[in-house]
Amino acid sequence: MSEVKNFMYLNRRAPYGTIYAWESLEVVLIGAAFDQKVSLMFVDDGVYQLVKGSDTSTSDMKNFMPTYRTLGDYGVRHMYVDQASLAARGLTADDLIQVEWEDWETEEEIDNIVEVVDADSVAKLMSESDVVFSF
Amino acid sequence: MKLAIQVNEGPYQHQASDSAYHFTKAALEKGHEVFRVFFYHDGVLNSTRLTTPPQDDRHIVNRWTELAEQHDLDLVVCVAAAQRRGIVDDGEAERNGKDATNIAPKFRISGLGQLVEAAIQSDRLVVFGD
Amino acid sequence: MADLYTVNKSPFEKNSLEAVIRFSTEGAAILMLEDGVYGATKGTVVESMITGAENKKFYALGSDLKARGIAEDRVIDGVELVDYAGFVDLVEANEKVQAWL
Repeated sequence: MSEVKNFMYLNRRAPYGTIYAWESLEVVLIGAAFDQKVSLMFVDDGVYQLVKGSDTSTSDMKNFMPTYRTLGDYGVRHMYVDQASLAARGLTADDLIQVEWEDWETEEEIDNIVEVVDADSVAKLMSESDVVFSF
Repeated sequence: MKLAIQVNEGPYQHQASDSAYHFTKAALEKGHEVFRVFFYHDGVLNSTRLTTPPQDDRHIVNRWTELAEQHDLDLVVCVAAAQRRGIVDDGEAERNGKDATNIAPKFRISGLGQLVEAAIQSDRLVVFGD
Repeated sequence: MADLYTVNKSPFEKNSLEAVIRFSTEGAAILMLEDGVYGATKGTVVESMITGAENKKFYALGSDLKARGIAEDRVIDGVELVDYAGFVDLVEANEKVQAWL
């Protein structure tokens, strides 16, 4: 096994109703220090984690949505969203936040690492990773 | 095979900790190495020594402690999740000005990096959760 | 080598079993445990998800079936029963484990 592993974080839960989304995001943030190849997969209710426009000002909960936008700075290279899960919830890619990514060394820039993919791609990407984190 | 185990749920409320325990025990009995058991989310509640289940039920916390004593297991409780849920060891009590501790023997509180490290070091990560 | 997928939800509560069948690759090993074992029973409205899945092998944790009063003859043909030692063997025999909670 090579030194660098392909990490996949599998997100299947909506934010706020339970703490799973937020605490799994904390693992992604900490994990950045370990220099692995990191991807996030959003399937089922997990797609709600990326929906724009969250405002927790009247619910007295910590709004952690802005943190997703910074993931490009934490070594996350891909954020995949299952197309069918989006469609089933009446959502499209336009409803989702965009996350910029920049390689500070090469100055390579990507406007948005959030990518909507089909079921075959989800299966393939999951199977190609070395470690799957579930929360 | 070297294993990392992740437990996401508290004792009794959910079967995840039971499943993780039986899996870990079976792996050790088969001669596999368990690099670390990492307790996250409500899973940190598996580590309070104040747990007092009825006598006719299993003692989930003590069971983990005993397994760790027998096999020198590394039972790690996530510090951020532990702070939120009131799991305290000596270091945390001092740092946060708490008047008591409740961590059970053989458990230690440490950072999330311990989970990431375990996933890197082990051949397999097995997650038990809700 | 393919992956081992674990499912611990009743298929009547959450879509985890359906999702695993949809998102697992050829040669997948799918282990039902905890409330997931309800998915392994015959005569349910979701039985065809398992009987119709091609190139996937299904397993169920025997002790969780027993705890729920599901006798072996109620288990869908082709679903293999394993104990925790068998669970460990499945983890070792597959490339990695994906928990679809």
